[in-house]
Amino acid sequence: MRRLTLRSAFIALAAVLVMVAAPAWALDAAQARAIAVGDGDARIAALQDAVARADPGLATFAQALLDDSVKTTATGVFIVHDDKAVDAVTGQPARLPDDAEDVSNNNRMRGALQTALSGLRLVSPELATRRAAVDDLTKGDADPALLPVIAKAIARETDAGLKSRLERLKAAAQIAAPDRAQRLQAIQLLSNSGEPTVRALLQSRLAPDAETDLELRAALAHAVTQVDGRLAWGERLGVLFTGISLGSILLLVALGLAITYGLMGVINMAHGELMMIGAYTTWGVQNLFRHFAPGLFDAYILLAVPASFVVSAAVGAILERGVIRFLYGRPLETLLATWGISLVLMQGVRSLFGAQNVEVENPSWMSGGIAVTSNLVLPYNRLAIIAFAALVLLATWALISRTRLGLFVRGVTQNRRMASCTGINTTRIDTLAFALGAGIAGMAGCALSQVGNVGPDLGQSYIVDSFMVVVLGGVGQLAGTVLAALGLGLMNKMLEGIAGAVLAKIFVLIFIVVFIQKRPQGLFALKGRSAES
Amino acid sequence: MTTSRRSFSLTLGALAAFASLTSMTPAQAADTIKVGILHSLSGTMAISETVLKDTALMTIAEINAKGGVLGKQLEPVVVDPASNWPLFAEKARQLITQDKVAVVFGCWTSVSRKSVLPVFEELNSLLFYPVQYEGEELSKNVFYTGAAPNQQAIPAVEYLMSKDGGSAKRFVLLGTDYVYPRTTNKILRSFLHSRGVKDEDIMEEYTPFGHSDYQSIIAKIKKFASEGKKTAVVSTINGDSNVPFYKELGNQGIKATDVPVVAFSVGEEELRGVDAKPLVGHLAAWNYFMSIKNPTNAAFIKEWSDYAKSANLASKDKPLTNDPMEATYIGIHMWAQAVEKAKSTDTDKVIAAMAGQTFKAPGGFVSTMDPKNHHLHKPVFIGEIKPDGQFNVVWKTPGPIKAQPWSPYIPEDKGKKDEPEKK
Repeated sequence: MRRLTLRSAFIALAAVLVMVAAPAWALDAAQARAIAVGDGDARIAALQDAVARADPGLATFAQALLDDSVKTTATGVFIVHDDKAVDAVTGQPARLPDDAEDVSNNNRMRGALQTALSGLRLVSPELATRRAAVDDLTKGDADPALLPVIAKAIARETDAGLKSRLERLKAAAQIAAPDRAQRLQAIQLLSNSGEPTVRALLQSRLAPDAETDLELRAALAHAVTQVDGRLAWGERLGVLFTGISLGSILLLVALGLAITYGLMGVINMAHGELMMIGAYTTWGVQNLFRHFAPGLFDAYILLAVPASFVVSAAVGAILERGVIRFLYGRPLETLLATWGISLVLMQGVRSLFGAQNVEVENPSWMSGGIAVTSNLVLPYNRLAIIAFAALVLLATWALISRTRLGLFVRGVTQNRRMASCTGINTTRIDTLAFALGAGIAGMAGCALSQVGNVGPDLGQSYIVDSFMVVVLGGVGQLAGTVLAALGLGLMNKMLEGIAGAVLAKIFVLIFIVVFIQKRPQGLFALKGRSAES
Repeated sequence: MTTSRRSFSLTLGALAAFASLTSMTPAQAADTIKVGILHSLSGTMAISETVLKDTALMTIAEINAKGGVLGKQLEPVVVDPASNWPLFAEKARQLITQDKVAVVFGCWTSVSRKSVLPVFEELNSLLFYPVQYEGEELSKNVFYTGAAPNQQAIPAVEYLMSKDGGSAKRFVLLGTDYVYPRTTNKILRSFLHSRGVKDEDIMEEYTPFGHSDYQSIIAKIKKFASEGKKTAVVSTINGDSNVPFYKELGNQGIKATDVPVVAFSVGEEELRGVDAKPLVGHLAAWNYFMSIKNPTNAAFIKEWSDYAKSANLASKDKPLTNDPMEATYIGIHMWAQAVEKAKSTDTDKVIAAMAGQTFKAPGGFVSTMDPKNHHLHKPVFIGEIKPDGQFNVVWKTPGPIKAQPWSPYIPEDKGKKDEPEKK
């Protein structure tokens, strides 16, 4: 300890000397070197020294270290941006020696640098910068070395909300303080928090060798339950969200099948491959954008959606005209024929684009997520898919129940002969309806390409799921499909939370088998006099 | 009647003998040596295994350009077992009995290796297996050029527990549901116990092959991490599931400085399709990284880039090398050296000649085949993911270490011999 203070005193002296020489870059060469090279412990100690004195040049230097743009030689430290080197000490342009080596940081060093930067930003004049700094520090581990900086920030802070969060940060850093009163105060302050890191911190103090005072242990246990209560909401909402997210994917993959199988009665085993074609179309559109319009890359998805609809619908129409129309009313033959087609399509894609998965990059606005509470992040790509599923559902519903085409489809489904007598071209309606189902499958493929892998086998992993949803929901009912998709999604995710992914899948399948035994017509049965019944 | 039947069966025998002679003659007279390549070129493992097929072809071309082995050119026979484990055994049998290959280079997942093992033992043929695995196996017919647990998994967890690795106290063992992750996690659990980590600080989770929805698992990891002390994740997820896993990890904002994830089956190739910026600092443990700087590695990377261009591979614009590729490269070279030494491709003679073979590996060390246990002595590196999808080596062993196929952390292994039983 004594040695440390001596050294920091020495460094402070050196810093003062340098400050006189170059006021803008108050970081001397020895100090910069100490932060940049050496073993982890020494580097972090040097960094914390510099933070405690809030050296003006430190922020730039720490940021450069985080960006991996610092190089060192035996004597000098340089910051390199776009092949232009700057001396890290003087800030003057410099020529980079050939033997300069990259400074590499590991997680521990990066964490310390990030903490240091946030510490420096706590006293920034901008409210937003200060808030971001507090956010960062709250997420990380409490660091007693930051206490002086936090204390300074509390003294200056004017925003009441931020001030109370700073107090909590201070408390987190003081939770292991030697003074009992300080510890008690820290625990009481922290019990108002709703942060997972605080929960972890309190819990770790409950370890047998951490907190020995019995009264304080009781306070700790009480604080943990309080924090837990706040965290529980985030967890429950999280399960709900993941369930809805899985449900939206199931809905997308099953909606097309609800039309081809549900309304038309065609057991289409190639449904998955139509999705796969949609996903490959998305990949193709993405490549076109990357090649011809890299600036508009983030918008490729807007074109990929209609493109995947059109391509899959066209393939569907060809299938219907070429094969399926000869097999209406013969379910077994349809099943075999479409299964064969699915193999042909898969092998075709394999020969054309290779057996390996192709790479579909998310548009940049789809990465990351929105933090609703401290322990609940909703990823943008999942939100986008939920919204997309809702839109597709709405459009399909409108088409089936509000348009002339939809009326014809329903008419042909209910009584083909009578519909034909009223002058409906039933074969044309069949083709259009099948193409519509195929097109929706294509759009589902486009959505899947944003969350999963795109390969020739993509359809195989979803075909069972989609039949499950349609059969469970009740054949011929859009509402049933929606309910079944969301129900299965939620059920799957809740079970996954309890039993793990492998067992959850088994339970869901068993549930469906039992359910279909008891109620073969599914959740919703067609009411009224259907032609077949 | 009896005589005629006997003479008939005699004639049949003679015919059969003649037939087998004629079928053997061309194989022996031919001036090529056939070698089999058994990697999945489709299905969930294609993401990892396809490059190994290309690496094998490149290495064979390199050996052929230098005059081949025993003065003969090597002739590769490539088959696709399509990530289908029973098909691996079928294809292996086909390679050995129909194509009459002298050796097979192949397999990635342990379940595929377990599936072909009886075939190689029955037909007394040779398999070179290039991927890190769980140990607990030692066959006279297999050479393991990947890492055993003590050459990858255990050093990685030791690093996580060290100060520089973040002093982790709680561990999530996350894997795909099959033999490699289950066994590795069994070893790790027992290792963690020996370091004083209790069962309540270990969470084990498995997902099926090809799993693509990691939302609830990531949520579970977050919850587990908030229940006390520093948490780290040890991932043995295999195949293309890694892409959605890492995407979800990035989207959910789990940073390496909070909860580091160390992976045993993720290398440069698996990260190709992933935006690596949110993943900076997450770790991988291997015996080789592309970013290692030394002349042998520079030559290896150049050879691969040139090959990717000349063979017009899909990856030619961004050629990447990784650990199993290095292991494949070492394996084929060592086999060629052993054949030269034994002056024959006969299985037993090559096995004897393999003992103690050395090869200057791109990893920067001389890899030695152990005289007894069929495993390589390898160095261990731990790397952190960089924004460009490469790895920054943050820790390494001072030199190569000897493999322990029978882990001392599994009680049943006590007293097992460090060499194949039937030799």
